[in-house]
Amino acid sequence: MSIPSSVLATGTTRDVSPGIYPGVVAYTAIAVVVLLLLMLLGVVLRLAQAEWLPVPPDLFYEMMTAHGAGMVGIAGLAGAGIMWHFLSRYVRLSQGILIANLVLFLAGVLMILTAIFLGGFGGGWTFLYPLPATSGGVWEAGSAELYLGGLLVIGVGFLLFYLDAGRAIIAEYGTLGAALGWPVLFGRPPARLPEPTVVASTMVTIVNTLGLVSGAAVLAISLINIAVPSFAIDPLLAKNMIYFFGHVFINATIYMTVIAVYEILPGYAGREWKASKPFLWGWTASTAMVLIAYPHHLLMDFVMPKWALIVGQVASYAAGLPVLVVTAYGALTLVYRSGIRWDAASSLLFLSMFGWAAGIVPAIIDATIVVNSVMHNTMWVPGHFHFYLLLGMAAMVFGFMYFLGHDRGAGESLLDQLAVWVFALGGLGFAVVFLYSGKEGVPRRWAVHLAEWVAYDRLASLFALAVTAAVLVFALRFLLRVPRLLAMR
Amino acid sequence: MLQDTVWLISVILIAAIAAVFLWIAAGAGQKADAEAVQRRAYRLRAGWFWLLVAVIAAATATTLRALPYPDRTPPAVSRVVVRATGAQWAWTIEGPDLVVGKPVEFQVTSTDVNHGFGIYNPALEMVAQTQAMPGYLNRLQLTFTAPGAYHILCLEYCGLVHHQMMTDLVVKPD
Repeated sequence: MSIPSSVLATGTTRDVSPGIYPGVVAYTAIAVVVLLLLMLLGVVLRLAQAEWLPVPPDLFYEMMTAHGAGMVGIAGLAGAGIMWHFLSRYVRLSQGILIANLVLFLAGVLMILTAIFLGGFGGGWTFLYPLPATSGGVWEAGSAELYLGGLLVIGVGFLLFYLDAGRAIIAEYGTLGAALGWPVLFGRPPARLPEPTVVASTMVTIVNTLGLVSGAAVLAISLINIAVPSFAIDPLLAKNMIYFFGHVFINATIYMTVIAVYEILPGYAGREWKASKPFLWGWTASTAMVLIAYPHHLLMDFVMPKWALIVGQVASYAAGLPVLVVTAYGALTLVYRSGIRWDAASSLLFLSMFGWAAGIVPAIIDATIVVNSVMHNTMWVPGHFHFYLLLGMAAMVFGFMYFLGHDRGAGESLLDQLAVWVFALGGLGFAVVFLYSGKEGVPRRWAVHLAEWVAYDRLASLFALAVTAAVLVFALRFLLRVPRLLAMR
Repeated sequence: MLQDTVWLISVILIAAIAAVFLWIAAGAGQKADAEAVQRRAYRLRAGWFWLLVAVIAAATATTLRALPYPDRTPPAVSRVVVRATGAQWAWTIEGPDLVVGKPVEFQVTSTDVNHGFGIYNPALEMVAQTQAMPGYLNRLQLTFTAPGAYHILCLEYCGLVHHQMMTDLVVKPD
């Protein structure tokens, strides 16, 4: 028996204001503090390129490594906190695993910071083999081992987190397929229709488990290679494994944080967001596309099989469909003439849908092979991912922060409204300057820019400062509320 | 330049998406029946989906016609072979003089870590690129259409002096 999507799309509005587990508060508080610090680091990088702040190249590349690794990790942590918070309403998750992940995360961060700022490691967050072991005499092998070891420890924590999520989902829904809604899609009566949060969490659990295993494997191999140089790995294989892991993990962050939109925005709009058939198809498609789109990172590796690179382009195009047709479209439908009341949370969550949808445009364009041949590793690349991570993923996190323990805008001031606008416009300007620099051919990851490019860096620095100021307001507002959140348990 | 076209398309599409979001946000204060809105939105969604599929299919068919990957068929005029080797933090370019209109094949590799072999024209606009990877030879085929001093910039982060890993390449008039 199949269920018409119109039936699936109706239901009752759930209460979205139960208590908050302290672990989630810890995840979110740590995430926003670290995010702010890493944004400041990003500002310093742009100021250095703008020639407004003297930063020696070795320190620049160390900070660049910390900024990249830190942002990816903290986006994962913030997403995990949101996923755990809402998923725990439907399945029985382990609080011990939640805390274990946080402890391993912090231990890994300590190792990474030591490797970078005491050991001088500046191999980039992607630890592209064999750069960690081949620094040109800049850092010692021990620093590289500490950095890679730190990433491995963090990866183990996240793997435990997703294994626990998978266990809990299977215990409740029977199989991961059922939690993705496959019985509905393939014409069998579902034992239980999965909620949007469960569908998204299942997708992330599947892709991140695979991604983390790939990442852990290449990290372990790289560590062995440093200790025993004769134990070498094929650089192209290592590149594939690293980009598979990196691509999947960073994409999964937004697929976790979007849960906040599914859970919170309907309450504001007074409407429901249920798992319709198109919704389920969209998430199943996303599961596949995220896994097979990663070769778009290797389009300029001409020795790769041509078919794999074409798959990378086509899958990247297709990966945009579920976002544009299901999630962003769903958000627009939800808000359209809903009488929604705007406050910081609802504004940021709505903004996040724009950031994700619009950020897909430059992402898809860069995944086009002919375009990639004149855009790859230019500023276009950080342009597109800052677009959907800053205005999409991060906006979801900030919206979630405002929502937590918050009485629909009560206690907000003009400063909060101003911060939202500054964040939106500053973030847009920041990302667009990145994109324009990429169009002009400015390479990414250069400590020192040619004179022709410095004007773009200066404009970007101003936007970066504005965004950071706005995030400082978001962070302070949340941190001041933490004692009350902890009391709400 | 392709970059200008890509920029224009991106700006137009991002602006269009922004306009839709602003329009929805501006009218969100009014109230309409949720089920009626949903029914209409679902009907429109089918059209939106197929429109996007058509655009993606057309873009795929158009852009996959001219890939930058090496062509195995020999050109009418034989290719000049230039060997480009990256090593922290310099390029070694070995080969005959380059001339406008004569096909070139850059055979690109590295002796240590990954580098990116990016060719920029005298106006500092990127013309083409490929990765330089230890143990592999990437073949980048190109025919220069204008003479001048071209620049080779490293486009894959390779360590401390990455930003200075540059050299020039002179292309002579025919």
